[in-house]
Amino acid sequence: MGEFKVHRVRFFNYVPSGIRCVAYNNQSNRLAVSRTDGTVEIYNLSANYFQEKFFPGHESRATEALCWANGQRLFSAGLNGEIIEYDLQALNIKYAMDAFGGPIWSMAASPNGSQLLVGCEDGSVKLFQITPDKIQFERNFDRQKSRILSLSWHPAGTHIAAGSIDYISVFDVKSGSAIHKMLVDRQYMGVSKRKCIIWGVAFLSDGTVISVDSAGKVQFWDSATGTLVKNHLIANADVQSIAISDQEDSFVVGTAEGTVFHFQLVSVTSNSSEKQWVRTKPFQHHTHDVRAVAHSPIALISGGTDTHLVIRPLMEKVEVKNYDAALRKITFPHRRLVSCAKKKQLLLFQFAHHLELWRLGSTVATGKNGDTLPLSKNADHLLHLKTKGPENIICSCISPCGSWIAYSTASRFFLYRLNYEHDNINLQRVSKMPAFLRSALQILFSEDSTKLFVASNQGSLHVIRLLEGSFKHLHTFQPQSGTVESMCLLAVSPDGNWLAASGTSAGVHVYNVKQLKLHCTVPAYNFPVTALAIAPNTNNLVIAHSDQQVFEYSIPDKQYTQWSRTIQKQGFHHLWLQRDTPITHISFHPKRPVHILLHDAYMFCIIDKSLPLPNDKTLLYNPLPPTNESDIIRRRTAHAFKISKKYKPLLFMDLLDERTLVAVERPLDDIIAQLPPPIKKKKFGT
Amino acid sequence: MVEEESLRVVRCGGSELNFRRAVFSADSKYVFCVSGDFIKVYSTATEECVHILQGHRNLVTGIQLNPRNHLQLYSCSFDGTVKLWDYIDGILIKTFIVGCKLHALFALACEDSVFVIINKEKPDVFQLVSVKLPKSSSQEIEAKELSFVLDYINQSPKCIAFGNEGEYVAAVRDFYLSVYFFKKKTTSRFTLSSSRNKKHAKNNFTCVACHPKEDCIATGHRDGKIRLWRNFDDEKKYTYTCLHWHHDLVMDLAFSVTGSSLLSGGRESVLVEWREAAEKNKEFLPRLGATIEHISVSPAGDLFCTSHSDNKLIIIHRNLEASAVIQGLVKDRNIFTGLMIDPRTKALVLNGKPGHLQFYSLQSDKQLYNLDIIQQEYINDYGLIQIELTKAAFGCYGNWLATVEQRQEKETELELQMKLWTYNKKTQGFVLNTKVNMPHEDHITALCFCNAEKSENPTLVTTSKDGHFKVWILTDDSDIYKKAVGWTCDFVGSYHKYQATNCCFSEDGSLLAVSFEEIVTIWDSETWELKCTFCQRAGKIRHLCFGRLTCSKYLLGATENGILCCWNLLSCALEWSAKLNMRVLEPDPNSENIAAISQSSTGSDLFVFRPSEPRPLYIQKNISREEVQWGVFVPRVVPESFTSEAYQWLNRSQFYFLTKSQSLLTFSTQSPEEKLTPTSKQLLAEETLPTTPFYFILGKHRQQQQDDKLNEALEDELVQLPLTENIPAISELLHTPAHVLPSASFLCSMFVNSLLLSKETKSAEEIPDDVSMEEEKESVDSDEENNFTEQVQDTNNTDLGKDIIHQLSKSEEKELRKFRKVDYSWITAL
Repeated sequence: MGEFKVHRVRFFNYVPSGIRCVAYNNQSNRLAVSRTDGTVEIYNLSANYFQEKFFPGHESRATEALCWANGQRLFSAGLNGEIIEYDLQALNIKYAMDAFGGPIWSMAASPNGSQLLVGCEDGSVKLFQITPDKIQFERNFDRQKSRILSLSWHPAGTHIAAGSIDYISVFDVKSGSAIHKMLVDRQYMGVSKRKCIIWGVAFLSDGTVISVDSAGKVQFWDSATGTLVKNHLIANADVQSIAISDQEDSFVVGTAEGTVFHFQLVSVTSNSSEKQWVRTKPFQHHTHDVRAVAHSPIALISGGTDTHLVIRPLMEKVEVKNYDAALRKITFPHRRLVSCAKKKQLLLFQFAHHLELWRLGSTVATGKNGDTLPLSKNADHLLHLKTKGPENIICSCISPCGSWIAYSTASRFFLYRLNYEHDNINLQRVSKMPAFLRSALQILFSEDSTKLFVASNQGSLHVIRLLEGSFKHLHTFQPQSGTVESMCLLAVSPDGNWLAASGTSAGVHVYNVKQLKLHCTVPAYNFPVTALAIAPNTNNLVIAHSDQQVFEYSIPDKQYTQWSRTIQKQGFHHLWLQRDTPITHISFHPKRPVHILLHDAYMFCIIDKSLPLPNDKTLLYNPLPPTNESDIIRRRTAHAFKISKKYKPLLFMDLLDERTLVAVERPLDDIIAQLPPPIKKKKFGT
Repeated sequence: MVEEESLRVVRCGGSELNFRRAVFSADSKYVFCVSGDFIKVYSTATEECVHILQGHRNLVTGIQLNPRNHLQLYSCSFDGTVKLWDYIDGILIKTFIVGCKLHALFALACEDSVFVIINKEKPDVFQLVSVKLPKSSSQEIEAKELSFVLDYINQSPKCIAFGNEGEYVAAVRDFYLSVYFFKKKTTSRFTLSSSRNKKHAKNNFTCVACHPKEDCIATGHRDGKIRLWRNFDDEKKYTYTCLHWHHDLVMDLAFSVTGSSLLSGGRESVLVEWREAAEKNKEFLPRLGATIEHISVSPAGDLFCTSHSDNKLIIIHRNLEASAVIQGLVKDRNIFTGLMIDPRTKALVLNGKPGHLQFYSLQSDKQLYNLDIIQQEYINDYGLIQIELTKAAFGCYGNWLATVEQRQEKETELELQMKLWTYNKKTQGFVLNTKVNMPHEDHITALCFCNAEKSENPTLVTTSKDGHFKVWILTDDSDIYKKAVGWTCDFVGSYHKYQATNCCFSEDGSLLAVSFEEIVTIWDSETWELKCTFCQRAGKIRHLCFGRLTCSKYLLGATENGILCCWNLLSCALEWSAKLNMRVLEPDPNSENIAAISQSSTGSDLFVFRPSEPRPLYIQKNISREEVQWGVFVPRVVPESFTSEAYQWLNRSQFYFLTKSQSLLTFSTQSPEEKLTPTSKQLLAEETLPTTPFYFILGKHRQQQQDDKLNEALEDELVQLPLTENIPAISELLHTPAHVLPSASFLCSMFVNSLLLSKETKSAEEIPDDVSMEEEKESVDSDEENNFTEQVQDTNNTDLGKDIIHQLSKSEEKELRKFRKVDYSWITAL
């Protein structure tokens, strides 16, 4: 395996934005998450919680509500007063529609999925009809005095509950009039607070309305009489979110203290049918406000200001102890934010609204394994490239030679030419981009930096030849007829002959760049692809899937390689399959064709195809450092997977040259340090 | 006095009241608690002990109201019996003999059996079994029908709880909770992650309680958490909630009767009430003084009771207001001061609560009061070095009290303080007079007052490890503002820089003996000049005391090497010595006797001797298996009259001693508890007899007289002291409500008669007594028909024809005797 000099990069100052809403779709088992910068991410819970799609954010589009309707349609609404529907195939915004009620605070789809309800700043509740391709305003409900912060439909669709400031209104859907106004106690631990904000309501089929409010209360109301039934004081701070299970036997609330409480409907005694709501377990997985919670049939999902998405399985609902039974904490996006110009030792970091270009430091010192070498030249921040406009960057790439930078937002594509003059950099924008190059989901330069591959959101792949200061459109691979699925992952072979592209669900297509035609399609697999790469010389395509399977496909032979068949037959080590995060990057060693280098957020692995595969009895994570492997025992225990967990959380790792690695880490403490301070809680004994 | 039985060691009050949960009666009028071999019934309103239920022959380990008759009480004991009591009358109704040691008792309403904890095989494995109580009319019933319920449980009854009217039982031990369902006959078991994980290292269960209405189990844990378990009939779908306030282990949990609130307590000495089992909705009753050991709730729901580690029960109202405190002898700390007798109250004085001296009445087995000596807030935290009250002594007939407190954190940092307290007659309590900081450079080893009658000036001597003894006298401390007295050091003595270990004044106060390690020095208390020294080279002196009364010329010293020496002060020579490994050397203030307790490998032995002769008066071997730490003679209020020479040393004083495990023991020929509560015992006897009160008067009277006759034969030569409370007629007059009493003329003769001491011979008395009783009985029964009864009386007299003449002469004799004694008895009666 050998020794590497590792550039340990910690200057990627990436801070994910906080989670504002989560919406769980029971039909497709997908989770939509919106962040405070307007980004919406779709997680596939069936595919090991892989973030399979994302919609870039927009500065003026603060999402306040997110909901699924009518099966697979996703809507969001925000403070700019617009209702937005997302196109989940093309990965763009289908349309935005102003509700004309001022900022929208809440939204709820009717149980049958045909109607959409929004609560606005001006106190109006507006009902929209969902038509197959659009939504249509139907009518207003009785206008309330203050903003509608939360909405919930009765499961029968006859009534709705709307949480406002200091009171909850119950509306009759047919007449649109408020039939009850339930006033909430402003008292907070004996002190009268100014206002009591109803952050969330949930309407149960038996007519009970559950409300959570800023005074830390969870209250149960009888909607038929408009009276308070039960009161649970659970927090000293706001209770900000509520989500109820489909069976209505449990619900979850999130508080501003970072605690998530689980409530369950349990029978009072074993032989009576009387049931009561009981607060059961508190979960403290967050440090900051839990702004959003969701309740899937087997897990509690929560997200908040501290940017983590936490999936806490309910042990009693999990049949077997498998992958789903473990607590999951998703912090980093499941895509690459870093690209690397190997020859010039440059790193390009992608942020929401700007790019940063850094030159790695260098050292002349040598040392033995494990030593930290002193830097003779510090890392240089070469470039800070701000985007124009309010849109977030979708993707970015630096060419391997370091002289091209390309990035794309939702509506524009940018290409820059870099000229290096000693220490100065000359940046020149390549203007006059063709009309079809408006937005890209993935950008890739060929190894020799002469070609640019752009995956656009219409499913087409553009091949562009780069010349000194100009470019030429070579070809566009159109998607197969009938599919409009966008390609999100690209890989090009080092010799520049082959291009592999993968969408979110369908198989991987391999194109012959020389002949500009589709070469073959790798058989479809159930789980989405998380990383792709084509090995040099052999032109083997290595594909990592979200269920942690790794395949090797020989492009010239159009079939899986022998090694891939062997490992599929024998199966991966169970610890390998239990890893949390998907593989986000695959690369190869130029001199050792049997090695595959890959990493996820918590480990870096070199697969040595020449060594035997581990079985479930062998130790997967070898604690012994890979030094002089002369003794027999180590030789005997050696297996194909050489794993290092030294660098974590790992955002990017690649081989710069034969003996040098670069690892980009982002310690969680650094992220927490950049977040707003959490609510101060007195800790006993301090 | 009845026949003298052999002298035996008896436990004398002061037993643990906090051993088990207290139990309330159904109407909350009484609270029951176990107390050693007895069960005590206290009134919740007055804090008075109403009854002592005695009958068990070993430690009582569990009590429970009979669920089917709330006027009855079940109890179980280590003696292997379950007893059923009528607690209102204090009668034992039934005894069920189970056979093996019973550790706890649970009774359920729906079954005719009780549940007990036993350990059958291994010493540390306990089982919960149900015992079928057979129905039988006899007093003693064998109950051998045992059926196992749960095995391998914790022996503490706090770790077992029955829920939902006996549908299931929850037991906790170590890291798991098991729930056994009686109907389904299944056990669910829930395990918490155990000590391997550092975060969960203190997850151990400590106690369990079941919700009275719902299927909810509350468990307490060592890390202070309370978990509320629900859905526990399904091993998969179970769920629990955590409540966390306690920072140290949860000692006990109890649900209120309706289940709306949960009570918890622990070392914080704070009773926490969790309302609706919500973490945010809790109420506190703080500053309860000591660790809460047990919590119980009255069935009526209006009262709670907490048992504390300082042997105290606190009755608490539903609104969390403490309403009554039942305080026993405080026993949870080291006794440094030894046992003392307050000369005024005759109360036993020793270390009590931290920083306090407790005054404990031996007569009523009750704490009289606490005197705060250290006067600082006590912080209850593990590992904190506290100020300890180490020495105390009374002087001048209880007018003065000297106390020494010390705190030593490191070797060189000694904090020492001596306080002198004067008795204030107005406030009837001790008031701080003088505070001396660092009276000595090192630990004070002994202090004693000069208690001689003639001494005009109170004198105190302290000895210390710094090699000095100091004499402190009371001097005038007046200034222009007020008249005052204070203590100052008068003399500092030392002897060759040896550590001073003991001091003792002779009875007349003329001599002071101070021991310096192996040497005893005698000082003249007038001039403080060294008179003579004794040195036996037999080890350091541990105890030192002068003889009293006729033996005042002797000085006794016990050394660490186990030699007891007796020096003659006149000849300044060793009179005798004996080899005894002495632990306690205690002179009797009322006689020449000195009690010594020696420690051997098998146990402690008691020797009573006079210094004048080396031969002991009395030896009792093996008075206790463990080490005896302190002993004291307590003067009797009423002298006993033991005739046997061996017991005569107990005539004027009673000897109490305290063992290492802090059980207070004494010697008695009879059960001391009989004497403790004479009135309640009598009430008890009265109430056992049904029918009319007057029927009872006569019956009692008859019994009494028969007893008297027996006694007369035995104790002719003794002066019999007429005690008013022993005469039933008088007490009956006082106890019977006035509206049911007959007219005074009818009672008069009987009343007067009862005051007399009859001296008839046995044969002569029996018949006339019967007659007179019958007469009176008749007259009582028919209140209105005076004439008629007189006739009956006449006929009665005539019926007895034969004996009339004989009887008359006897009655004449009796009359004469009456006149002779009438004045005397009348006065005493008043």
